[in-house]
Amino acid sequence: MITVEVLLTQLPDLPRQDLERWISNDWVRPDRQAGDYAFRDIDVARVRLIQELRDELEVDERSMSVVLLLLDQLYDLRRRMRELRKGVDTTAS
Amino acid sequence: MDDPYKILGVPKGASQDDIRRAYRKLAKQHHPDLNPGSAKAEEVFKGVSAANDLLSDPEKRARFDRGEIDASGQEQAPRSSYRDYADGDDGQRYSRGGGESAGWSTDDFADIFGSGFGQGRGRASDRPMRGQDDHYSLTAGFLDAINGASQRLTLPDGRTLDAKIPPGTADGQVLRLRGQGSPGWNGGASGDALIEIHVAPHRFFKRDGDDIRMELPVTLSEAVLGGPVEAPTPAGSVRVRIPPGSDNGSELRLRGRGVPEHNGAAAGDLYATLRVVVGPPDDALKTFLEGWKPEHPVNPRQSMEPRP
Repeated sequence: MITVEVLLTQLPDLPRQDLERWISNDWVRPDRQAGDYAFRDIDVARVRLIQELRDELEVDERSMSVVLLLLDQLYDLRRRMRELRKGVDTTAS
Repeated sequence: MDDPYKILGVPKGASQDDIRRAYRKLAKQHHPDLNPGSAKAEEVFKGVSAANDLLSDPEKRARFDRGEIDASGQEQAPRSSYRDYADGDDGQRYSRGGGESAGWSTDDFADIFGSGFGQGRGRASDRPMRGQDDHYSLTAGFLDAINGASQRLTLPDGRTLDAKIPPGTADGQVLRLRGQGSPGWNGGASGDALIEIHVAPHRFFKRDGDDIRMELPVTLSEAVLGGPVEAPTPAGSVRVRIPPGSDNGSELRLRGRGVPEHNGAAAGDLYATLRVVVGPPDDALKTFLEGWKPEHPVNPRQSMEPRP
């Protein structure tokens, strides 16, 4: 778990207000601890991903919600497929 | 590592812009977080970003071109990938399924394989099934939404749809085009296309229910002396009579000039709030005001003064 300050030092190219906007857009959902944000590893990776999508892959922030929605659904499906495979393996054996 | 120019598919003399463009095009296709589970995409992406790291830095590129460093001389920092977390149980955090998944139920199988799973009944695939409704969104110009218009929509599969935007369409309204959704199975009917309309803002009109509001700039003499002026309305400009002695902020109502009647609702009104524009400095006006003794002097800030 790291704080906003630590995260921002790790990502010097990311303005604080961008991060705060992403949080208020619900794109990143850090935990809240004593009124401060606490970022887990997955949150940090997600912030990097959003930054990369925007700055490297030219995904406009206006389209970001759609891209994230689709990505989240893709990973949901992959998790379910894995569970399904596990279930099938257990049944078969 | 192979020749970075070949990897990006650019000639040796490519400009930095060309390199950037080529990199972005390939990165969009092969980004590993967008292609989880594809080892090939990851491989390609690694090569592409290494090539870009080398060629996007003019100094490194020059050294490479001169043969001072080889293509593999660039050691990449290991990428911390979103996929590593999202693919594992941690990924549940951003799940769109709602709530933590509590194990596996037959519903989940039904979800994936269609209905009837685990019930031992007839196979779902024999019955005629209606196609899915497809959802699209369309941004309409402010005046198109007020007056009605027809707008062509190109679907992801290349089909085009003509969406008829009825007069008075409000932001967020959904149009249903029957039978334009996904095709049905086994002779079932096609689904519908549902198009959510977003209305773009206008430069000076603002919609307020069925009324429309705007600011109408007038000159000092138009406000004081009154007179006809041309005012824009959604249906074209009209002549409006400004009453003599109008003040800044006075509101004129143009009856029936708002949103036209639609779906049984009567036409709305257009409210124009006057904004007096004094204009550039004018010697005659200045001289006049210096000698001007108002008939009824007023203090416009009287109401702001502290009460005893």
